[in-house]
Amino acid sequence: MKKMSIIWVPVLLSLLLLVGCSSTPTSEGGADVSEQSTGADGSDANGGSASTSAASQGGEWQGDPLENPNGLLATRVIYFDFDLSTVRSDYMDVIQAHADYLAANPQVVVRLEGHADEKGTREYNLGLGENRANAVRSLMLAQGVSDNQLVVVSYGEERPAAFEHNDESWALNRRVELIY
Amino acid sequence: MKKILLFLLALMSWQPALHAELTIEITEGVEGALPIAVVPFSWQGNGSPPEDIAAVINADLQRSGRFKTLPRADMLARPTSVEAIEFKDWRALDIENLVIGQVQSNGAGGYQIQFQLLDVFRGEQLVGYSIPTTAPNLRSTAHRIADLIYEKLLGIPGAFATRVAYITSTKPVNGEMRIDLNIADADGYNPETIVSSSEPLMSPAWSPDGLKLAYVSFEGGQSAVYVQGVYTGKRQKVTSFKGINGAPAWSPDGRKLAMTLSKDGNPDIYVFDLNTRKLQAITRHYAIDTEPAWSPDGRSIVFTSDRGGKPQIYRVSAFGGKAQRVTFQNSYNARASFSPDGKLLALVTREEGKYRIAVQDLESGVMQVLSQGSLDESPSFAPNGSMIIYASKAGYRGVLAAVSVDGRVRQRLALQEGDVREPVWSPFKK
Repeated sequence: MKKMSIIWVPVLLSLLLLVGCSSTPTSEGGADVSEQSTGADGSDANGGSASTSAASQGGEWQGDPLENPNGLLATRVIYFDFDLSTVRSDYMDVIQAHADYLAANPQVVVRLEGHADEKGTREYNLGLGENRANAVRSLMLAQGVSDNQLVVVSYGEERPAAFEHNDESWALNRRVELIY
Repeated sequence: MKKILLFLLALMSWQPALHAELTIEITEGVEGALPIAVVPFSWQGNGSPPEDIAAVINADLQRSGRFKTLPRADMLARPTSVEAIEFKDWRALDIENLVIGQVQSNGAGGYQIQFQLLDVFRGEQLVGYSIPTTAPNLRSTAHRIADLIYEKLLGIPGAFATRVAYITSTKPVNGEMRIDLNIADADGYNPETIVSSSEPLMSPAWSPDGLKLAYVSFEGGQSAVYVQGVYTGKRQKVTSFKGINGAPAWSPDGRKLAMTLSKDGNPDIYVFDLNTRKLQAITRHYAIDTEPAWSPDGRSIVFTSDRGGKPQIYRVSAFGGKAQRVTFQNSYNARASFSPDGKLLALVTREEGKYRIAVQDLESGVMQVLSQGSLDESPSFAPNGSMIIYASKAGYRGVLAAVSVDGRVRQRLALQEGDVREPVWSPFKK
């Protein structure tokens, strides 16, 4: 914990800097990390450029970037719209971050677990969950991740994350989980 | 396998409550159901009778929705032989048919059950048998008698002496989720767990001889199709390719399994020959093709595909080839299966945002929605084609329900705790 608080100082500083000079499209260094920590949904503005080399280059986070609670890599669940298996644009930077990490660490294997909500039939939902996991996989392959680093498993609607029978639960259950 | 058996034994010994019976209630019956009286059977043997055979028969007939059974309290007499029957008394109660019988101990742990079905108005016997049985088979003998009565009076075989397989999930407080594959008598009695896992189990399917179940298990973190002997407990892993191994469906001759595999990139229908272990691709399409079901003549397979954008039912030769779309009403139709006579498809359809059980007449193409829930799924025909059992939701819990093919009779089957789903009705006992 102590170590963390030390690291936090520059992050917060750069955050303040960022907020000061508003729209800087070519953000780099600690920018993306800090941006996440504010909870601001600036993901659209910075999009793909807010990638990750930051965490490893900037030196704010020492240790495995996977462990950084404020990095894009901390996002391990990607949610989907009803009956769709296309990745929403607001997740592109997250997937890019994971892809970059995997490309830089070819020994790391990630499990992409695809899930569906309970609406519709179970076996069809197994297919839907797999399509979702494969959509994430394709994006990662295109970013230079090698095939043998990605394991796709679909659980369909068999392993819900939320158990109510309503829109909120269903939205939480239409997902791909990245399991390192 | 040994491990699983041990695990099962351990579970059964300390959690009997989890395997509590399914309780069945009729929620809607047929107008003008046949009035019938099942008189308590006489008992000749030591001690009290081992099972109330007449009560089992009575419950079966009543549950079918096709019979109006006379409560015992309303019976003026309880004859157990033809000579003792005063037919005019039963006529006065508007009882058209009467069942009487006797249970006899044969001394060696076995029993002889004799029953007679009588036409009250004509005062004559319609059917009568004397059936030897044993203590563990008393209930199933009673179900067979109910089957004979049902067939005699309605002209189609009864499906009372059959079983239902289903999946349950229970999550004890502070405990791990447990998924079980169970079988029980069609009236919910004698439930037994035959597979228990902390990982999902799904898509149970009876072999045509009723001796095996195919199912999907995620044990080991990946789906695989297994075939297990229902009464031997022995099982074999049939397929465990990369990706989906799902939706097993037995060919009518029991030699092949149609299934869904995504080993080549996306879900397609395959047929696996259980003897030669050869695999044949039936469909090859970039869409999701899944949920295969054989026609009773074994010549064709229906399946769900979203090749047209939304899931619909398609039909293809059991040897592959061009698929024809079968469903056109509603934007979501999935998991079709044939009625035993091959004339109807039971399926899940989406209507005004609600997922319901429907039947489609294959000749006319007319679809009739039968269920009334919003998340109904997994329809399965009774082997006599009279009812469809399916999974529904009641509040937060998964429950089972059954509806007659004409939509007029409804039943609900509930577990005392936990979630129950994916019911599949067994074939007739051979």
